[in-house]
Amino acid sequence: MSADVAHELQRETETKERVGMRVRVVLALGPLTSLAGIVWAVAQPWRLTLLHPSGQGFWWLFSEPPLYVVLVGLLFRFVIAPGIVADLEAER
Amino acid sequence: MTPPAEMVHWWFATGFLIIGLLLFAEAIVGTEVWTRRPWRKYLWPSFLFGMGVFMWPVMTFFTNSTIHMVAHGTWAQFLMLAGGAELGVARGKLHSQYWRLCSAAAMLVSGTALLVHEQQHWLFARAPFLHHTLGWTMIVGSIFPIAQAIRPRSLTAATGFATVFVTTAVMLFCDRDSAAIFGHFSQYAGVPHR
Repeated sequence: MSADVAHELQRETETKERVGMRVRVVLALGPLTSLAGIVWAVAQPWRLTLLHPSGQGFWWLFSEPPLYVVLVGLLFRFVIAPGIVADLEAER
Repeated sequence: MTPPAEMVHWWFATGFLIIGLLLFAEAIVGTEVWTRRPWRKYLWPSFLFGMGVFMWPVMTFFTNSTIHMVAHGTWAQFLMLAGGAELGVARGKLHSQYWRLCSAAAMLVSGTALLVHEQQHWLFARAPFLHHTLGWTMIVGSIFPIAQAIRPRSLTAATGFATVFVTTAVMLFCDRDSAAIFGHFSQYAGVPHR
């Protein structure tokens, strides 16, 4: 194998590793965000008024901040991340 | 019929969290990959502009003093300015990298407004504490968009800018109308609740 081919192969391998790492980070952003929301919900269950809805007005039933965090993470993972990953894969 | 002010903070926190995640993703993959799909480049500037628009009804219905009204009106204007400038850059109507300075100006002015309109000291209650920390976070964080205007490809500046949004989201989620902070709660701050 010539040195040029060897260098080319090494460059390709490094590019694939770099892109692979970026793919993993982008895919992890959403689940990590959702996990933060779940941890918050477990730590402060009284923030989820849906768990004990009696006597709560509309706004308190509508405002579930830990669920907002979980939803943002899911939205990012299933709406935004797939397109980014596809574009990163195309770059390989 | 209007919701408690703390809920409005949580809704804006959700907006900041979305923008933070989008900015993180853009920083990780780079601008070339991020702009490969045309709709994606409008995402976070649209959210920023939209939050500026939604700040107007907040100013109208949730402010109980002149200084609060001026502060909220200032945030509305500067959120719209920053979002509009970023939308102009994304669309290609604006070309200079220095338009990013609009975001820096928005953060500087917002941070100053947060500090100026908060009349209580740090440990009066949780809301004043968060106003002080948010204000200083915005002012110190404005260094990142300034760095991006000078070096648009800087990964540190891009991730720093995203971090400011996520940090702001966390602090806004922590906000309560009346709650203690590190065990401190002024007797003049009303009735505490969880």
